[in-house]
Formats: sequence, structure tokens, C-alpha cells
Amino acid sequence: MASVVTRLKKKQIEQLIENGKRLDGRDLTDYREIKLEQGIIERAEGSARVLLGKTEIVVGTKIEMGEPFSDTPNEGVLTVNAELVPLASPEFEAGPPNEDSVELARIVDRGIRESKAIDTAKLCIEPGKKVFVVFVDVYVLNHDGNLIDASALAAVAALMNTKMSNYEVEDGEVKVKSGYVPLPLKDHPITVTCAKFGDKIVVDPSLEEELVMDARLTMAIDDDGDICAIQKGGAGYFTPDQVFEVAKIAKDKAKERRKKLDW
Amino acid sequence: MNEKPEKLIDKKGLRLDGRKPDELRPVKLEVGVIPNADGSAYVEQGKNKILAGVYGPREVHPKHLALQDRTVLKCRYHMAPFSVQERKSPAPSRREVELSKVIRESLEPAIFMEYYPRTMIDVFIEVLQADGGTRCAGITAAALALADAGIPMRDLVVACAAGKVDDTIVLDLMDEEDKLGTADVPVAMMPNLNAISLLQMDGKLTHEEFEKAVNLAVEGCKKIYAVQKEALKAKYVGIKEEEAEE
Amino acid sequence: MPTFFEPKQVVTPGDLLAEGEYIAGENTYVEDKKVYAARLGLVEYDNKRVSVVALKSFYVPRAGDIVIGTVVEVGFNSWTVDINAPYKAFLRPSDVLSRPFKPQKDELSQVLNAGDLIVAKIVSYDRSHDPQLTVAEPGLGKITRGQIVKVTPTKVPRIIGRKGSMISMIKEQTGCQIILGLNGVVLITGKTLEDEQLALTAINRIENESHTSGLTDRITQMLKEEKSKQEEIKE
Repeated sequence: MASVVTRLKKKQIEQLIENGKRLDGRDLTDYREIKLEQGIIERAEGSARVLLGKTEIVVGTKIEMGEPFSDTPNEGVLTVNAELVPLASPEFEAGPPNEDSVELARIVDRGIRESKAIDTAKLCIEPGKKVFVVFVDVYVLNHDGNLIDASALAAVAALMNTKMSNYEVEDGEVKVKSGYVPLPLKDHPITVTCAKFGDKIVVDPSLEEELVMDARLTMAIDDDGDICAIQKGGAGYFTPDQVFEVAKIAKDKAKERRKKLDW
Repeated sequence: MNEKPEKLIDKKGLRLDGRKPDELRPVKLEVGVIPNADGSAYVEQGKNKILAGVYGPREVHPKHLALQDRTVLKCRYHMAPFSVQERKSPAPSRREVELSKVIRESLEPAIFMEYYPRTMIDVFIEVLQADGGTRCAGITAAALALADAGIPMRDLVVACAAGKVDDTIVLDLMDEEDKLGTADVPVAMMPNLNAISLLQMDGKLTHEEFEKAVNLAVEGCKKIYAVQKEALKAKYVGIKEEEAEE
Repeated sequence: MPTFFEPKQVVTPGDLLAEGEYIAGENTYVEDKKVYAARLGLVEYDNKRVSVVALKSFYVPRAGDIVIGTVVEVGFNSWTVDINAPYKAFLRPSDVLSRPFKPQKDELSQVLNAGDLIVAKIVSYDRSHDPQLTVAEPGLGKITRGQIVKVTPTKVPRIIGRKGSMISMIKEQTGCQIILGLNGVVLITGKTLEDEQLALTAINRIENESHTSGLTDRITQMLKEEKSKQEEIKE
């Protein structure tokens, strides 16, 4: 993304952070205000909308039947896709997924997959032949920084909101029964992204901060408080001490959020 | 179809290939292997066979992508169709797209981007045979290729992964350990600057285990770094030996 | 104030060369009063100045440099020249023709065409513009005879030798005219192909062994031996 931040603004952001404050008045470890809504797209099996400051993400889930992967013949399949739709930012262009949208999708996927959030064993219809495929589609509607945390949050919220048709297998055929069952979930991972400015670590970077930061480090924390996914991004680096500092911040922030959301 | 081994670490504490938990696979590095490239290197680590080539700094194509105040770094990580057990389509997969990005971001901090405005540097990584840890070995080779091209660098970048296998934190996962283990933590760093430029993880680790894994990976990186330096210097040594023979 | 290597030791990018009040010379950089190597090469300590003689580098244009280039494109009102650098160079008609350029009448390709070799001087170059060349000075212009060889630009001083000793010796031994472009392109013009080949071999060897001592003597020796071999064959 090629937006340019003026040199003055860059200096301003850096100096504020040196003194423990940010452009919008937040402390270094404060998140912006988060608003979460579920079930906003009735046609989807599950959906959620997250507002993280001015970053807006909508996630819809769809469930279909398909073939399992050869190395996991008795388990359902998860597929995550992310769209950085052109209306969300002057920097986004229409076209096939670029590296940013591929990375975003794979980070969200990793958090869900590695925490075993979805109980994929319960999504098996006919072992080795038919399973449920869960499609998670992340739609970025407005980009004001930290797409990762907002998308990951919306994705898990959408999964928690997802309902599947009741079914039974009769003579090798799948018959839909009445009623719905919730998608079987075992975990609710929470993702925390930090940005590095020199020797300072900042939580939940806004878009302007992202354009100035050295690098970002994202960690997904599962219900046990363990780390299940990590992704460093950006063209800078972290010292090993800073990595562990981020791990501690991620653990604390995830715990805080889990409590607030009652996950 | 391969059978899944029961245990990845046996009663003596040795891994499937006989290594101890903190042992690296043997690493072989060679610099200057592709005559047409401005810089190149080849790495063998375990059964990994990976080539890296660098072109640049050179003019940017298409021109409108040029940056007025710095060079453009491009990186392509690609796996040959025959590099893995089940043939892989030559078209770039989403995994390759993501890895190309994170590898580029691991090399960029080492390069003085502002030195050559309006140019581009192309890094190509081709995995000829994969055996776990290809992104790490690829980064190690790519850094050598950049140095071989005479591109000024802050430090070499070296990479190594650690992970968890059968409740033990181990260094340098091979293919089976990668697939069947419970965590994989690839790390790339510039050792002289104590700077970690690539860090990823998938699996499940407590904070203590994570710390142990990162520290182990950093140690592994430093060992491979020594091999990298020797590989670069080998060009000088070769010439010295020729001269001694006269 | 410590230094960490012996002079002329091989260093790799990232090696800490010195700490304290030192000046960062060629192919090094400073961070926090520490001087690090930025390229593979031999470290040199000259008083307060720490530098690295790089094994391999590429040419970065500098105004005033004499370079040898190849015309790669004939444009509407300029030529594009490959000067073996990350940037393409440009030559305008005013820097070639001794009279004003009339687009309707004059055809650039009749003066210089794609594939032509030229010896030129860089008139101007800065970070936001490609290098501009001129051939409108004595000694510059189109090359009609000879061979070119590319060497790594850092080796050009070695090929010249102290006070020109090496290059004069090669010219004498081979009877060739040699023009050294600072961009690492060398033009060798001799009476015979064998003479040119001899000079080429000498230059290639110097490039490979530039970091060793006794080089001038060895090259002189080699040239003498080759010449007597050639004389024997002729008889």
C-alpha cells in the first residue's frame, strides 16, 4: 500500500509514542473502541460485523458439502478467503487477491485452524467421501488499520453465529431434517497485533501508524491462553526481547477481551 | 502411502533421523552457482535442495512502479512441481504468495533501500526438493545471493525453525516433524544486529515453550550464520589456493 | 578504540570492523559508533578511516567519469546507452553533433545506431535523473575497432596499477591500446587478434587475483612467456 504520510506527521507520531501517547490520545497498549454485531446477513449461515475504530469488517460463513482432504479423510474442511474490496480504501484495486489479502486470509485461517476452533471431526458425513466445508469470507469494508485483529474477531464471531441444517444419512444420501444446529466449536481464538516504533511497542495500530511503523507482530491466543499462531509483517525487525514483550501483551490483551466478550 | 510413525522421538531421546532435539541437519551452502544471475547461492539442508538467484539493482519494469527515493525489492518463492511427494501445480499457490511476501520482508531490513532509487532488486527462490523448513533455507540462500551480487547489506540474514514434537522442543524440523508435530516456529534474523526479521508460528505452545523455541531457533540461526560466512569467503580461498600452486 | 580484524582480512556483510571514533569508508556503514562491513571484501584500516575493498560491486554513475557503453535504443531525439550500471544513460544530439539537430532532416540512426560502442563522459547524474552522456570531447566517440571486456568496477584501479605501472606494462607487452571505462568496461585495440586476446587474458587474471601480492611481476612474466610461445609458433 503506497499511501504517503507527510514527514511532519511521521515525526509527530514517533515523538508522541516516545512519550507514551498516540495521535488519537490512546495509551500505547489501548485498543480503539470495538463494536461487534452478529447475524447481520440472514442469507449466510453465520455472519458478524466488527468496527475497530473506523476499520470495518464483515464476515459471512457458508456451509456446503464436499470432499475431505486426502490426509484428513474424516474431518470437515475450513476455507478462509479475504477481500480487500476497492471501496474500502483508495489503495485497494479490483482484481484477483493480492499478497495482502492472501496474507490476511491465511493469518485469520491459522488462528482458527491451529486453535482447533471448529470441531472438524463432527463435520464428517461419510468418512473419506463427504464432509461439510466451512467457507469463511472476510470482507474489508473500511481500512483504518489493523485489519488482522478486526478480521480475526469478526471471523470467530461469525463462526459462533453459524447454524447448520440438521441432517441424517439415509441409504448413502444426505437428507435434510428440520431445525438447525450450531456449528460445533471447541475454541474461540483471539488475535492481538502490535506495532514497533524504535524500541516502543504499541497495540492496535491505526492506518497512519501502520504507514510509519517499523514492523508488526500478530499473535493468536486460544482459550487456554496458549499461543496458536504468530505472524510478523512489515519490512522491519524485532529483537528477541521485544518478541517476548509482545507475547506478554498479547496474552494480557486476549484475556481482557475474552472476559469482555464472555467467550 | 507412507505410514505414520508412532513416535517422533524414541526412548533414547533421538528423532526419526537420529538427531538430538537441539541438533541441526547438516547444511551445505555454495555461492555463485548461476552464471547469468548477478548473485546466486545453493543450499542443501536435510533433503532440502534450494536455489536462490538475484538480479539487480536494475531498471524497474514497468516504469510506473519505480520509487523515487528507494529501490523496489521483489521476491518470488516458488516450488518445483516435482519438489514434493504429490506433484504440485506450477501455478503460484496461496502459500507461495504468502511466503514470497514474508521472505521479502525478512530480507528487506538488511538492504540499504535508499542507496539506489528508481531501481529494483529481484530475488528468486526455487525449491527443487522440499523437506521441511524450505522458507528458512530459502532465506539463508537468498541472503548469500544478495551478498554475492555485491549489493551492500547491513548483515547477512539467516533462518532456522524450531518446533514441538512429542512434547519436546526441537530444532530444525524435517518434513515428518513439520507435518506431525504440534508446533512450528520459523525464525529469520540478522545475528550481528540481534534483529528478528521473520517470525511465524502455527501449532500450540505455552508462553514458556514459545520462549524456549525462539531461543533455540536463534541459536540454530547463529550456527548456520557461521556456515554462510564461510561459503562467501570460499570464493577468496579458492583463488588463494590457485595462486599457491604456482 | 578497538579494531577487530587484521588489515586485508576477508570480511563479510555485518562484520564489526571497529568501534569508536572512526570514519566509515567505502563499503562500510556506521551505527552507534560501530563501523560494520557492508560488502564481502578485504578490510583496510587507514588511520581513522575503515573501509572494505569489495570483491564484487557494480558501477554507480558519477559526473565526470569516462565510461564505455553500448547504444541500445535509438529514440526520436536521443539515444539510450547501456553503461553497465543499474541506470540506463542518455545521449542527446547536442552532445554528439557539432551542429544543431533538426528532427525532420537528421536521422539519429545514421550517426549512432543500436549496437554501437561508444566512449563517453558522464555529464550529469543525480538521484532523481538518469545519467546524461556526452561524446563531444576529444578522445570520445564511436568505437570502430577492438574488443571489450567487463570487469568488476572496484578492480579498475588494480588494472591501472600504482602510477599506471600495470596498465603501461600490459600496453607495452601486447602493443595494444587500452581504454579503461570507470564503469568496468575495458576496450582493447591491438594490431592482431592474438595481441588483443593476450591483453584480455592479463586483465581477467588481474581481476581474479587482485587481492594478492606480486601480481605485477606474475602478469609480466605470463605475458613474456606467452609472447615467446607465439613467436615460436610463427617460426
